[in-house]
Order: sequence, then C-alpha cells, then structure tokens
Amino acid sequence: MRRDLALHLAVIAGLAVLSVLLPPYHHTNTARIMLLAVYAMGYNIAFGYTGLLSLGHALFFGAGMYATGLLMELGDWPAAVALPMGLLAGGAAAVAVGLLALRTAGVSFMIVTLMFAQAGYLLVMYFTAYTRGEEGFNLARAARAIGPLDLSSDGTRYAVALVLFAVALLGQLALVRSRFGRVMVAMRENEERSRMLGYDPFRVKLIALGVSGLYSGAAGAAYGVMFGYVGASFVATQFSILPLLWVLLGGAGTTLGPLLGAVLMFYLIDIASGYTTAHLAVIGVALLVLVLFAPRGLLGVVRERLVRWLP
Amino acid sequence: MISGPYLLLALMEGTVMAAVLALTAVGLSLVFGVMRVVNVAHGEFFMLGAVLAWFVAQAVPGPAWAAFVVALLVAPLIVAALAALADWAVLKRLGYEPEATIVATIGLSYILQQGALSFFGPDARPIEAPFTWRIQFPWFGYSGYKVAVVVAAVVILLAVWLFMNRSRAGLVMRATQIDRDTARAFGINVDRVYALVFAMGAGLAGLAAVLLVPIQQAHYLMGHDPLLLSFIVVIIGGLGSVRGTLIAALVIGLSDGVISFFWSPTLAKILATLFVALVLVFRPQGLFGERA
Repeated sequence: MRRDLALHLAVIAGLAVLSVLLPPYHHTNTARIMLLAVYAMGYNIAFGYTGLLSLGHALFFGAGMYATGLLMELGDWPAAVALPMGLLAGGAAAVAVGLLALRTAGVSFMIVTLMFAQAGYLLVMYFTAYTRGEEGFNLARAARAIGPLDLSSDGTRYAVALVLFAVALLGQLALVRSRFGRVMVAMRENEERSRMLGYDPFRVKLIALGVSGLYSGAAGAAYGVMFGYVGASFVATQFSILPLLWVLLGGAGTTLGPLLGAVLMFYLIDIASGYTTAHLAVIGVALLVLVLFAPRGLLGVVRERLVRWLP
Repeated sequence: MISGPYLLLALMEGTVMAAVLALTAVGLSLVFGVMRVVNVAHGEFFMLGAVLAWFVAQAVPGPAWAAFVVALLVAPLIVAALAALADWAVLKRLGYEPEATIVATIGLSYILQQGALSFFGPDARPIEAPFTWRIQFPWFGYSGYKVAVVVAAVVILLAVWLFMNRSRAGLVMRATQIDRDTARAFGINVDRVYALVFAMGAGLAGLAAVLLVPIQQAHYLMGHDPLLLSFIVVIIGGLGSVRGTLIAALVIGLSDGVISFFWSPTLAKILATLFVALVLVFRPQGLFGERA
C-alpha cells in the first residue's frame, strides 16, 4: 500500500477511535467538524488545486442545505431521497455559476462569485414565506432518519458523518492523484501553457468547480439533516469566507489541510469565546496573519520542509 | 399604483441615496484605479465614519449643528488615518498583490466590525440633524437636511475632481495610476501616494457616512449595503473610471430608490447583484468604461 493512502486511512481510523473516546461535547463538535471538513475539501479542490479563488461557496453549501431541507419540510420527502438531491443541487449551482463566472479570472472571478452568492442569500430572504429567512427552520426529529438509521442520535450521526468524510477524503485523494488532478494543478500553475499543450482550461475548471459544488452540496445537505436546522446564516458571505480560512490555515493544495484547518479554527473560536465574545476579530486576525506570514498554511510548510511526499 | 407625488418622493429619496452612494463609490473607485486594490473593507470604513461621528457628537457640547460640524470634520480624518495605517501595516507588506489584498481586507473588515461591536455596541444610535427645517410641497413636506446632503455631496465631488485634475498631488496620483514604475523613476514616492490614496478613499466613505447618520442611524453592521452598492456602481461604471462611477451611482441610486419604494428592497438588491455579475462577465470594462 502506498504511504499516502496509508496516512489517509490512519486519519479515518483515528477519527473512528475518537468516536469511542470523546466526551459528549467534543463528540458532537467532531461530527460537525467532519462535515465542515467535507465542505472545506470541496473548497480546496477549487481553490487549492485548481487555483479558483471563489468568494461564493456558501451558495453551493446553501443550495444543498436548502434543497434537502425544503424538500423534507415542504414536500415531505424522506431524508434518504432528499439528501442526494442536496448533493446534486450543490453541483448544479456550481456548474451554473461556473458557466458564467469562469469567463472571468482573478479579481473579477472573486467578485462575480461573491455577487452570485449574495444574490442567493437575498433570494432566501426574499422567499421568507418558505425559508423563514434569517430565523430559519428546524427539521422534525422523526424525519431525520435514513431507514433504520436515526441521524439525530449522537452515535449514528457521528458514524454517518465519518462515512461521508471518509468517502470525500479518499475521493479527493484519488482525484488529485489522477491524471485529471494533475491537469487541475497545471491550470493553477500556468493556464496559458496548459492551453498550449492542448487542454481546455474552461472545461477543466468547470469540472473542478462542479466537483467542488458536489462536495459543498453534500456537506450542506448532511449538515442540515444531521443537526436539524436550516438557516440563512449558512448562505451568508461569512460562510463563504470560512472555508477559505480553513483551507488557508491547513494548507491550500494539501489533501489533509482542509480537515486540519477546520479543526483548528473551530476550536480556536470555541476556546476564544470562553474569554471574549470577539469571535469576528479572531477570524479577521487569523486571515491577516495567514496572508501576511504563512500563505502556504501549516501542511504547506510541513510539505516544503519535512515531508515532501505529502499529497 | 405609481402616482405622481409618490414617484416624486421616490425619486427624491433615490437622489439622496445616489449622492451618498456616489461619494462612497468614488472612494472605492479611486483606490481601485490608482492602486489596483479591491478594498473589501470599504464598507467598514463607511461604518466607522458613522460610528466615530456618533462618539464625536456625544463629546462635543453645545448645539446640535456645532456637534455635527465637528463630527463632519473629525470623523473622516480619523478614518483616513486608520486606513493609512492599514495600508502601511498590511497592504504594503503584501506588495499589493490583488488576491492577497482581497483576503487581507476581508480580514480587516472583520476586525473593524468587531471593534465597532465591542466599543459601540449592537444598538443603532442616531445623531441629531444640524437643522430641521422642511420644504413644503403641495402633497408632502420634505426634509431640508436631505437636500443639503445632496448639495454637500455635489460640492465634495467637485472638490475631488478639482484635486485630481488641477492639483499637483492629483497629477502625481494620476501618474502613479498610469505607470507605477515610471512614476517611481521620476522620483515620485509611490508608497506615500498609495497611503494617501487609500486614506482618501476611506475618508470619502467616512464623509459619506457622517452625512448619512442624521438620516439613518449608526450601526455596526451598516457597512454591508454601502459596500455591495459601491461594488455594483464601480463595476457597472467601469473599474477605475470616475466619470462612469458617478453616472452609475445616479442610475443605481435612483432605480434602487424607485424599486425599493414600490416593490421590495430585497428584490432591488437581487436584480442589482445579478446585473453586476453579468456586467463583469460580458462587459468587464463596465458599461461606461473606455478601455476595450
């Protein structure tokens, strides 16, 4: 077995062992973090590997969350059918945005994605009659089950989150090790040269963004069902900035960076809120420090200095 | 549903919005034009202007107009000084690299927001208008202060135009905008020009906010809408084109006023955001931009 695969399996096994060891509070947190890490991995595929700095990923996360949530709440769909719809909604939203936004690059791409996400947030506000706007809505406990699996109970929730996380992590590893993954990196490093070699940048970037949207949509749908709440804060601008922060912190373009960044940031805010209510400042300072002093992130530095084979 | 007096009122409200928006957006446009920096913290500099104006107005004894005048002079200066500090401490160190500066100004905006929340609190607080006379129309009375805001905005914008086109400092700024390296070769201190432009852009946002506070209260989250609308205006007007920015501010301000008045403010914003995204995709030079 290759050592990078072994490392990833070890991380998954470690999280499985933690399920037994962790006290209830951290147990729930870890389930949350695993889902957020799936979202961060989606962001990493677009930003870390393909070089698409999006400021609108909350739209894809929100598309998944609202598609699943509204189908269950208003359409009485069972969770088992509504969840895949969330995944598809995230992917579809990303492809739709990509078809337009990918005609631009750099700063324009950032602003276009920001604007689309803002329009998505405003749409949620506009249809308050269905979405209940800022306040959001809770999903009934009885509906939050896939067959015999009750997703509102702690143990099952952790296990299902871990399965989703494991699939996402191994999928990401397979993607970046594949031929297509190397073309994605080529787009990030030098788009003109890859075009000259015969690759179609638009197509490659659109596929990468679509996969990124699938990840985000899946994370959003699962987060809504597992924690029973769908609200507009998950589509707001801040929720587009957070995955950027996690990925920057953990290391953009590293497979394990998104998880590491999400864990550290989650607990940084959690611990900081014990001393101060200034969690906005924590986010702000973290962004500034990272961009000024450590643009490669933690695992980026580790890869550069210590473990060169880190994927 | 749309009758004459209502439309007149909506248009007047729209004009006031457009005036404040034009001031804010010109600041953003100036920073982008000269420095090629997209300042996401621009909305927070706006908010800071309003919040500082409240503090200054509290501290100044005497009649309402005196407090307001002091706030109008002092608050934008503090905002500008803070912006110059941010430029020196952060943006300069990043070498004004476009993507890094966007991430950095996002970070900055969170810090400023938190600062306002911690020191100013979560409540919206008003400042008294410097005068209260009303203009009486046959159908309704209209606040004289709002008319004064429009006049003040026009005067300030004229002053900015004169500064940029007729003063030596403006000439130096335009030279830096056109070619930073040549400007440096001619002995222009580009770092100082950048600090000054960034301070001026933020100061204009602060100034616009102080003018707005007597109409709309100061609140720590009030920077969000001005940022969004300024982005829209600057992009539609053509990034870096001041004339385009002014035209776009008028168009967006008026249509936002009318759509918000008769339909819903949220709908107006949805249409505007989608519109701006499409403009960036299909006409990146803006609707009024000159570059092809």
